[in-house]
Amino acid sequence: MLSGYAPVLVHLVLAVLLAAAVLGLHMLVGGRRPTVEKVLPYESGVWPIGSARERVPVRYYLVAMLFILFDVEIVFVYPWAVLVRELGARGIGEMFTFLALLAIGYLYLLKRRALEWE
Amino acid sequence: MTWADLSLIAPELALAAAACAALLQDAWATGPALESRSRGPAAAWIALGGVCAALLLLGVRPAGAAQVGFAGMYVRDGITRVVDLAALAAAGLGVMLSPPYLERFRLPAGEYHALLLLSTAGAMLMGASRNLVLLFLGLEMLSFPLYVLAALARRSRRSQEAGLKYLLLGAFATAFFVYGVALVYGASGTADLSRLGRAPDVPLLHAGVAFLVIGLGFEAALVPFHAWAPDVYEGAPMPATAFMSVIAKVGAFAGLLRLFPQALPQLAPAWGQMLAAIAVATMILGNLAALAQSNVKRLLAYSGVAHAGYILIGIASGGPAGSSAVLYYLLVYVAMNLGAFGVLLLLERRGEEADRVEDLAGLLGRAPWAAVVLAACMVSLAGLPPTAGFIAKLYLFRAALQDHRVALALVGALTSVVSVYYYLRVASVALSAGAADAVAVRHSRFAGVGLALAAAGVLWLGIVPGAITALVQQAVQALR
Amino acid sequence: MRAAILIPLFPLAGWVVNGLLGDRWGRRAVAWVACGTVVAAFAVSLAVLARLLALPPGARSAAVVLYEWIGTGSVRAPLGLLVDPLSVALALVVSGVGALIHIYSVGYMAGDEHIARYFAYLNLFMASMLWLVLAGNLVAMFIGWEGVGLCSYLLIAFWFTRPPAAAAGVKAFLVTRLGDVGFLLGIFLAFAVFGTTDFTAMARAAGSRLPLGGPAATALALLLFLGATGKSAQLPLYVWLPDAMEGPTPVSALIHAATMVTAGVYMIVRMHAVYLRAPLALDVVAIVGAATAIFAAAAALAEPDLKRVLAYSTISQLGYMFLGVGVGAWSDGIFHLTSHAFFKALLFLAAGAVMHALGGETDMRRMGGLAGRLPATAGAFAVGALALAGIWPFAGFFSKEAILSDAFRAGRVWLWAVALAAAGLTALYIARAFALVFVLPPGEGSAGPAGCREGDAPRAAGHRGLAPGAEVADPPPVMRWPMGALALLTLLGGALGWSAARPGVLARWLGPLLAPGALRSSEGTHGSEAALAAAGLAVAVAGIVLVWLVYVRRALRVRSQAVQTVLAHRFYVEDFYAAAVVAPVRAVARWAGGFDRAVIDGAVVGLARAIGGGGAVLRRLQSGYLRHYAALALVGVLALLAYWMWR
Repeated sequence: MLSGYAPVLVHLVLAVLLAAAVLGLHMLVGGRRPTVEKVLPYESGVWPIGSARERVPVRYYLVAMLFILFDVEIVFVYPWAVLVRELGARGIGEMFTFLALLAIGYLYLLKRRALEWE
Repeated sequence: MTWADLSLIAPELALAAAACAALLQDAWATGPALESRSRGPAAAWIALGGVCAALLLLGVRPAGAAQVGFAGMYVRDGITRVVDLAALAAAGLGVMLSPPYLERFRLPAGEYHALLLLSTAGAMLMGASRNLVLLFLGLEMLSFPLYVLAALARRSRRSQEAGLKYLLLGAFATAFFVYGVALVYGASGTADLSRLGRAPDVPLLHAGVAFLVIGLGFEAALVPFHAWAPDVYEGAPMPATAFMSVIAKVGAFAGLLRLFPQALPQLAPAWGQMLAAIAVATMILGNLAALAQSNVKRLLAYSGVAHAGYILIGIASGGPAGSSAVLYYLLVYVAMNLGAFGVLLLLERRGEEADRVEDLAGLLGRAPWAAVVLAACMVSLAGLPPTAGFIAKLYLFRAALQDHRVALALVGALTSVVSVYYYLRVASVALSAGAADAVAVRHSRFAGVGLALAAAGVLWLGIVPGAITALVQQAVQALR
Repeated sequence: MRAAILIPLFPLAGWVVNGLLGDRWGRRAVAWVACGTVVAAFAVSLAVLARLLALPPGARSAAVVLYEWIGTGSVRAPLGLLVDPLSVALALVVSGVGALIHIYSVGYMAGDEHIARYFAYLNLFMASMLWLVLAGNLVAMFIGWEGVGLCSYLLIAFWFTRPPAAAAGVKAFLVTRLGDVGFLLGIFLAFAVFGTTDFTAMARAAGSRLPLGGPAATALALLLFLGATGKSAQLPLYVWLPDAMEGPTPVSALIHAATMVTAGVYMIVRMHAVYLRAPLALDVVAIVGAATAIFAAAAALAEPDLKRVLAYSTISQLGYMFLGVGVGAWSDGIFHLTSHAFFKALLFLAAGAVMHALGGETDMRRMGGLAGRLPATAGAFAVGALALAGIWPFAGFFSKEAILSDAFRAGRVWLWAVALAAAGLTALYIARAFALVFVLPPGEGSAGPAGCREGDAPRAAGHRGLAPGAEVADPPPVMRWPMGALALLTLLGGALGWSAARPGVLARWLGPLLAPGALRSSEGTHGSEAALAAAGLAVAVAGIVLVWLVYVRRALRVRSQAVQTVLAHRFYVEDFYAAAVVAPVRAVARWAGGFDRAVIDGAVVGLARAIGGGGAVLRRLQSGYLRHYAALALVGVLALLAYWMWR
């Protein structure tokens, strides 16, 4: 029964070997000129050292939340659009109920003027 | 999803619709000003309308056999009915008792009512769960609005702290719950509660069950997952405290009921012993800690912990007797706890909540009805006859003895003796003659009706409990 | 018979009306409502008595079921009354004495500004107590049982601004609740054994369901008796009653002498069918009763506070009642309960009149010679004291002799001897109290600088201080009249239980209910009965004479002989007390006090301290830091996992 896993083992060994070979070759052949920026952990271009209690504009979260709101919408709407004919009238009803709920949230934000920047 | 499915969850849908309406109405009425000064009770009326509609929809449905929907995930049976009743009572009282407070402290009324209704719907879903996934969904729907409610007073640091603590610890506990669902699924190959009874008795299942207890135990404030309760109760705005103190218990115990006596009877000796141990610890710690409190909110928080211990007696005892005792206790607890908080909501000390025991002094002279309601609720919380609390405890202890859990009944009886002391201290201060000068009492017809209903519930369930005991007995008949 | 429900309903209505509207009304209206409702309850009780008398003796029992109160599943209890000779007799005593004390209170509380609250509580108490005696099953009785406890707590702490009063109220409540745990468990056990707690049904089924001397019968009887020891202040749960004297004196008369504290005795008689199946428990009842009787009588001897003397006396007399029911003399227990209600209420009311005249003074060492200035009060107190001492022909003589002879005839000679000694002590302490208060010249007692006072803070005008030469007079008619009525009852009450041929009126009235196997043995001739009575009377007279010799004769000699030697002589007497009485009492008190401190104060103070000590951990856990809470929850997680893995 274990023999069934032999290809996996082979794959594992090969992967380790390959990775070791690439890194080893690089260490042997490549040159190295370290600078401060180069040895820092990669943080998307943000300086990683300092106080963690930084103030972040609250709009940052707003953008993030709105993105999720409409992103989720798309995630659902896209496959629905592909299959809309098969799903028929009931599918349309369900999708528009979903959109109506999102619209309520959107209307609420509008009325609270949460989308106005200043 | 069919129309039959939708009609099954009609009460929940009514609540959700009312929540949306309240949210939009308030946004339209007050625009960008969250804490506006002028704000009618319109949101409260909408919310009340939603609760009444849900009650009506609950009432028109014949109380016959259990109906299952949503591919077997949702069940509407006797237990669902009683849990819905308790949750809707909590919502109705929560709506009626809070307008004076919301107005005075300028809390956003639309948001308050919308969150309250959504949370109620969550508790109702938990009571109707026949599947671990729906139970989880209900738990989240119950607790997320509560996190926001705890932090609703935006300008209050304590409220913010309470909200954050509740959220983080809640997420911590919920993570265990989800993991528990996964483990149970892994062990039994199903998340269907009605099929767990046939699950193989393997360690994986046991670990999963242990994790599920953590998620539900957190919401119910069982020791040792209770630590958030005093801090959150004290920091949250009082209407939120009042509501969450009951709705979280309704939801969590409905979930425990669905999980243990109903889904896992084959493991009863094991979980019975575990829950009994938790109940003992919870009763002892809750009551002892409550003894030392001078802040009524905190006192009621620990009292809530203690009562969670009492209700757990019923779950641990299992069977029809224990389950019906739990359902009855939930109804009683809603009435008496909200009645007690409702009186506190009328008080105000120099622009702040009047939540010290001394603040209640001389209440009898200024608002005699409120003082009487408070005293009745305290007597009921203490479990003395002829109030509802007595009958509720009687059923619980009786269930424990029937299940031969003598120690559980003994600890329950002894700790309720201790609890009499701190409850009656509050009552006797409220009935005393001296006066707390800085405390003002606000009168509100809306809240007055709510208080009258709560007090009527406490007395009705204590003096003429027949109809409701019949209802809860009938609800658990399927367990036999 | 349905009219019987009006008996508790009338005072309940009085409570509602006075509690809600009393503050807006005048004092007169409040007083009329409060007294009127209790008198009405008494009238209804009389009417019910008349209805019962019209029935043949065997049929004098009617269950009045209001509705199914707890009516589903395995726990069933209707909310209902049981109207039978026993409950009606008790209802008459409670409402009758209660009405007199209500009327007395009108005068006594005339100066208090919270009179509406006072009468509202008092009416609620009456309603609870009447409900207790009329209830048809244990669960319904428990409502009254807890109700009277609640009212007792509220009334002891009536002057709650005084810390001792508030503390005494809490203590009373907690100690009696300790007993109530037993009572509650007893109810559950009764459910388990009988499937019901209906008194009639239990009495009928006791023979078949409870094997004689079996563990179920003994456990049930002892659990219920635990409730009775709490409510009726027996050893070792007696400690709350002396402190309960912090309440207003009419409250002490009504609740802590005549009615509530006798609830335990009533309950045992009610459950006598169960006790008959548990001889061991009956012996425990009798022994605890006798021990309490002598212990409390001795404690009363050493007490300088008038009200506390009466409190210990009440404990002691309750001991007699338990001794009586413990040897199976149910109707004599009820007889003593009744006559004690008369004379002890009278004593308390007379003591209240003394305090009323002296501005709330309760320290006997600061009284004296009041007989001349308070003739009516002194007369009333004397009647009560003679009845308490057991002097013929007062009611106390007959009822106490009945219990003594019952104990003797039941073969409990040791208990009889103890009770006889207690009777001597009883005569001794009450005669001493009478001498100190009314006979001896004032200032004779070695007055301490700090007296004991009742309710000094909120008492309003109309109460004079104890200034020398101040005008001291008998109370107004509204207080004198109830005292007179009680004195009359004390004089005539003996007729209830004693007639030329026993059984007496009361025993015959209760007979059909209690007859089967009630008295253990009834051999004993008329002659031995007379001899026993003579012995009791002789002991009582000896006690009084001793006091007269020690106190009064010496007091007479004060004027004739040198003061120095008299003082020395007096101290010799006190030394004698100290050696012969006080020291043993102290020893017992220390033992009981150890219990008091360990358990009772342990429940009140120690608990707070325990929270402080063990609670340090608790407080550290409740630090406010999220990480600690999460860590705590994690401990719980691990514990749960460990449980499930290594179960």
